[in-house]
Order: sequence, then structure tokens, then C-alpha cells
Amino acid sequence: MKSLKTFSKGGVHPEDSKELTNKESVKNAAIKSSFIVPMSQHIGAPAECVVNPGDEVKEGMLIGKAAGFISANIHSPVPGVVKEIADVYLASGNKSKAVIIEPSGEFDQSGKTADPVDWSGMTPKELQDKILEMGIVGLGGATFPANVKFTPPADAKVEALVINGVECEPYLTADHRLMLEKTEEIFKGLEILSKILNPDKIYIGIEANKPDAIEKMEKLAAQKGTGIEIVPLKLKYPQGDEKQLLKAVLDKEVPSGKLPLAIGAVVSNVGTVFAIYEAVVFNKPLIERVVTVSGRGIKKPANLKVRIGTKVGDLLEDCGGITDDAVSIVMGGPMMGFSMISLDTPVIKGTSGILVLTKKEMGKSVETACLMCGRCVNACPMGLTPTKLYKMAKRAKYEDAMRFNLMDCKECGCCAFVCPANIPLVQGFRLAKKMANKKAVKS
Amino acid sequence: MINNKLIISSSPHVHHKDSTSRIMLDVIIALIPAGIWAIYVFGMRSFTVIAVSIIAAVVAEYVMIRVMKKGSIGDFSAILTGLLIGYNMPTDVPLYVAAIASIFAILVVKWAFGGLGTNIMNPALAGRCFVLFSWTGAMTTWRAPVTNPDIGLDALAGASPLGVLQTSLLDAELPVMGPLELLADYPISNMAASMSEWFTSSFGLIIHPHYFDLFFGNVSGSLGEVSALLLIVGGIYLFIRRVITWEIPMAYIVSFGLFVWIFDGLRFGQGFFSGDVAFHILSGGLLLGALFMATDMVTSPLTPKGQIVFGIGCGFLTFLIRAYGSLPEGVSLAIIIMNILVAMIDRFTGPKLFGFVPKEKKK
Repeated sequence: MKSLKTFSKGGVHPEDSKELTNKESVKNAAIKSSFIVPMSQHIGAPAECVVNPGDEVKEGMLIGKAAGFISANIHSPVPGVVKEIADVYLASGNKSKAVIIEPSGEFDQSGKTADPVDWSGMTPKELQDKILEMGIVGLGGATFPANVKFTPPADAKVEALVINGVECEPYLTADHRLMLEKTEEIFKGLEILSKILNPDKIYIGIEANKPDAIEKMEKLAAQKGTGIEIVPLKLKYPQGDEKQLLKAVLDKEVPSGKLPLAIGAVVSNVGTVFAIYEAVVFNKPLIERVVTVSGRGIKKPANLKVRIGTKVGDLLEDCGGITDDAVSIVMGGPMMGFSMISLDTPVIKGTSGILVLTKKEMGKSVETACLMCGRCVNACPMGLTPTKLYKMAKRAKYEDAMRFNLMDCKECGCCAFVCPANIPLVQGFRLAKKMANKKAVKS
Repeated sequence: MINNKLIISSSPHVHHKDSTSRIMLDVIIALIPAGIWAIYVFGMRSFTVIAVSIIAAVVAEYVMIRVMKKGSIGDFSAILTGLLIGYNMPTDVPLYVAAIASIFAILVVKWAFGGLGTNIMNPALAGRCFVLFSWTGAMTTWRAPVTNPDIGLDALAGASPLGVLQTSLLDAELPVMGPLELLADYPISNMAASMSEWFTSSFGLIIHPHYFDLFFGNVSGSLGEVSALLLIVGGIYLFIRRVITWEIPMAYIVSFGLFVWIFDGLRFGQGFFSGDVAFHILSGGLLLGALFMATDMVTSPLTPKGQIVFGIGCGFLTFLIRAYGSLPEGVSLAIIIMNILVAMIDRFTGPKLFGFVPKEKKK
């Protein structure tokens, strides 16, 4: 067997815990209570709210309009009535204006088979507009508006379209299940993307802990003929980061501070590809996504198709509730997700998982002084020196930290994961980045 | 509802199971076999020395924790420092010397620089060197091991192989074959003699009995350093537990061995490439130093590249001091000198930035 590809520098091997949900096929989440639909679910400007309290909304109706170049449309996940428009806290801790919808009336899209649209006559521009209209954002977690990403500058040549099926975050199996259950649809989505970007070649990177998905995708790729290569990857976190993925698949490094397009590549998550397929072929806006509800603190771990705006508490109820030894609820993966303060926090477009963790599986112990062991340095996939940067951050030497490439840190958490002294390195870097930006704005 | 007892923390929310105290505990566990051997061959007095060293270190640490209001005894680092100091003492050292070494290590070497993680030199080694130069006589008089009691007799009383080598080389008429010829009068244990015979009769291999005594620890020396075998066992444990990586011990031992092989023959009147590598690696504190002291995380470089540079530096300096210094042994000093250079090594051996683009030169 040929050795599997992976990225070369740094990386860690957290226990992947995927066995909790990787056999659970995707089920629909129940609709329980009101929906909280934030206007800021993506990178860029918040959408502009276009409904008022008391308005009646239909399933999939536009309720937030993209405001500015980097922004995304927001649609109503359910039919119902707008109860109020209020400020809510997102899992990230940011505040956002949100439309609160009380579901009522008839679902006129769900459960009905719409006729597929023949998109073969559409131009790339029309397809891009459709992606914008349907509010598609990158579903890997970064939630960058997809139409912007798939509109490369006219002079840029896309040599490789790399599809991210890595799902390197432990616990999460949403993309895994999607690749198994919606294989055909993903390949159709790839045809759409091919038409827009016209890449020389398409690669699909999948980590080796999803052998069934690799096999199924390979079979289909073989049927479709050339041009699509499935690349099985050796298990290593954070391989799902686009820079590490490109290093693993293409063996090219994206220059510091640049986008993947600098090496002729565009990266997209499999979930995004599926959303684009649904948007183009069925005119379906992004109002639901697959969410893994997992962790050893939840009674019945599952993969659920969840409507955007569903309260986390409702999802946990759907999964049998939490166990007595659960101590933390995290939105996203355990390495980069956010711990939540309220069960009323809504699921948004970028929510790939809800994890309920027990103290034991978190594995944290007391913080001590830094031992200078160098494990963070060897774990950092970006070639930074976290221990040094953290000391700068702690002493408020933000400019110094910037000179040592703090901005290349993407908060993947490898350093803090391995740190035997349990130092909250990532937290320090987040603060330092914010403070450095603030200072830069002031001066 | 559970809302009020949720843990809110920054990502990552899962953590590797290692912790500072676990690392320190692993090193302590790895050192235990060598300590038991010391108590066996040198008697209960060894235990007393080790215990006093540890107690002095822990008390000093406790005082500093109270004064500085940071740190914790629970990280086991002071216990480890005390243990290592005990291992670096001769059996019959006055107990106050051991205690002073520990207190100096904790107070001056560790806390004067800010406590755990911020000290520049290895506290145990610096503490040992402090008392070595202050009570040189007491620090270089050794007891004979029960497994090789003849060492205790006549002129060789209380001498380690390296010490004997040092003094007899001064009077020797060159050339001599090497260290073993000068150690001709050094007693051989019954066990080593029979093992050497067995190797000769079974495999036709001629291995000098001294090597067996050095390997198993039937020689005089500091408490924890005599048994190469048990130190290697401890080192393997640390390697399996991933507390240490191969870079420092390998770079240290291999480079030291190379320097010995290439140059050490010269001082015996022999040519290049004739040094006795096995003798030098097995004797003195080399293995204790290379496996347990040079690998101290706080005082060694961050990256593998830097650690190799550090190890080679240790190997070179140990060779220089042993071969040409006025002291018979050079491990402690070599490591301390390299400790001081760590900041500089780190500066030049940092990791390479992912996607690094060299800055364009100004036109």
C-alpha cells in the first residue's frame, strides 16, 4: 500500500471519537420552539433585515439581504410569524441582530419533490448570482460567502479545485455522512463548480478514518471519468485547514498572508458543494445543514439535519438530553469550537457540531508555568513559536508578536492541546490579535 | 437547568493527557531503579543523603512559593531537583552539604530567575557544582560498592575510575594502551570476572571485566550515576512515555563518543582514532547527564534542530573537560555551559514559517 499523503510541519493526533456518530445516518431534527435567525452568520457585513415584527414569513423567504460585497443573504428556515427582532449572543460571544420566528402554517418546500432545474444553459455569472441569492457560505466553519470565493479575479487561473472532505476535527461526522448519503449530489455539485471555475483538475481530500466514504467516492469518481481524483489522507489535525490541505494534496505552500489562489487553487468544503447543488438544481436557499450532536455527555449522539436558527437546547432534547457528568457544551469541533453560555444559542450556517463534553474527555489539568518543552513549537502547523508569542501577548507586546507572524496563527489549537502546562495559548493569541488590530486602527 | 455550571473556556476544549506534574513524576519514576541500586551497593547512608536532598529542596521550594505567591509543590519539580542532587552526591558526603546544594539550587538557581520554567541553568547541576567547588574533598571521596569491596582497600580507597585515571595519567610513562592499562590495579568484581570469562568461552569475545563493572555499576561514584544499565532502562521508559526525545541524548552521546574515539588516544601517547569510547560512555555521570539532566525541558532548546546543536555542544565540552581539564569529570559543567547558550541556540534554530516568503531586496 502506498503511503498516504499528509502535511509535513506540525500537527497533533487528538482522540478522534468519531465512532460515536459515524454510523448514525442523518435524520431530521424535530421542530420544537421558536427559531432565532441571526443576521450575522458569516464573515463580512451582517445582512440587512428586511422583515418587521408581525410579518408572516414563508419557508425559504428572504429575511436578511446581503449588505455589501462580502455578506450573505439570510432566509427564513420555517414558515411562521416574526415575533420580534432582537439582539442575541452567538456561540462565538459576538452580538448579532436576529429575527425570532414563531413557526406556524404550512411547509411548502420540505417533504415535496421539486422538479430539478436544468442549469446546463446557465452562464458562470448566472450560477454565481444563484449562489449569492441562496445565501450559500462556506460550511467548513469559516462561513466565507461562497459567491465571493467562487468569483476569482478575471486574470486568475484556477489550476486545482480541492474539495475538503477531511473533517479533521474530532467527533464531527457531518461531512462524512454527507459524502456517504449524498455522493451523487456532491458530484453534481462539482459539475456546477467546474463550470464556474473551469479548473484543470479536481481533488477530493478525505482522511483515512472514513474508508467507506473514500471507497464510495472513488467508485463514483471512476464512473465519471477523469478529472476528479480522490486523495486519501493520513490522519492528522488540522488537515482540514485549507493551507494544510493544499500542502497535503498538492505539496504546495500558500505564501504567508496570501489566499490559496496565489498557488492556483480554490478550496471548498463538501458540505458547501452539496449546498450549491441544492441551491442551483432545486432553488433551495441555505436554511438547513447537517449537524453532528455528539460527545460523551449526550445520551443519544446523532447526525441531524437542522434548520438554521434552531436552539441548541432543542437539539440536545432531540438527542435524549445530557448526562449528569456533562460539564461543557461546545458549538463546532472540540479543537476550534466555542463553549456556550446559554442553551438558547441558535444553530447558524457555520455550525458543524454540538458537543456535550464530560470532564474526563476534556482532559484538562491545572495550569502551571511554561516548561519551555517546545511541544507547542513542534505541534504548530504554521511554523510559529507559540510559547514566545504567548509571552509577548501576556506582556502586551503586541507589535512584537506581529513581527513574529502572529497573524499567521489560525487558532487551530494544536499548541494548547499539547501544552503540558495547560497554558491557554489560543486565548492569548486571540486577545493579542484583537489588541494589535485596535492599536493599528488608532494610529 | 445546567446553565450555571457549564465550563466556559477558550478552544481547544480537549487536551492531551500530559501535564507538568505527570512529566516530573515520569522522570522520578525513571530514576528510581538507579536509586535502589545505589542504596543496595552503597548502603542505607545513600538513602539518607537522597532523602535529605529532597527534603531540603522541597522546604526551600515551599518557602519560595509562599514568598512569591506562585507555583505549587504539586508539580513535583522540587522533588525531582532534590532527587537529582542526591544522585549527584557521594555516599559519605556530610548531610549539610547535600542540603546546601538543594537549597542553593532552589533559591538561587531556580527562584532568583523566576521559578519553574524560567531558570537558565539546570538547578540540580548548578547546585551540585556549587558544593563541588566549595567542599571538593567531601564531594570526591567515594565509598566502595558492596559488590566490589576491594575498591575500599589500599591506595585506591574512595576513588572512581575516572579519578584514578586522572591521577595515574600524571605519573604514567607514555605511551600506554589506554584507560584500562592505567586502571590495571583497579579491583574487578567477581561477577564481572566471571561474565568476561563466559563471553570469552562462549562467543570468543574478549571484553575486559571493567566494562561489566561499569555497565552494571560495581564501581565507586556518585549515588545515581554508577549503573549504566539502570539509567538506560530509565531512559527507555522516558522515551516510551515521550517525556524525552532522541535528539539530545543521541547527539550528546554520539558526539562525545566521536570526540573520544578521534582524539582521546592522543593523551595516552597513541594516535588519532584510538580512544576508548565504551569506557568513557559508561563511566562517570555521562549517562545520567545525557538522559536525565541535559534533557531537562526548561534548560534545553525548543526545536529538534536546536536540541541536536545543544547535544553536540555538551558532548564536545564534556570531552574537553574530561580529557584536558583539571577535574576528572566534566558532565555537570558541560551541561551548565550549554544551558547558558540555549537562548542563543533557540534564536538561530527556530522553526521555519509555513509559506515563508523571503522579503524582497530593495532595488
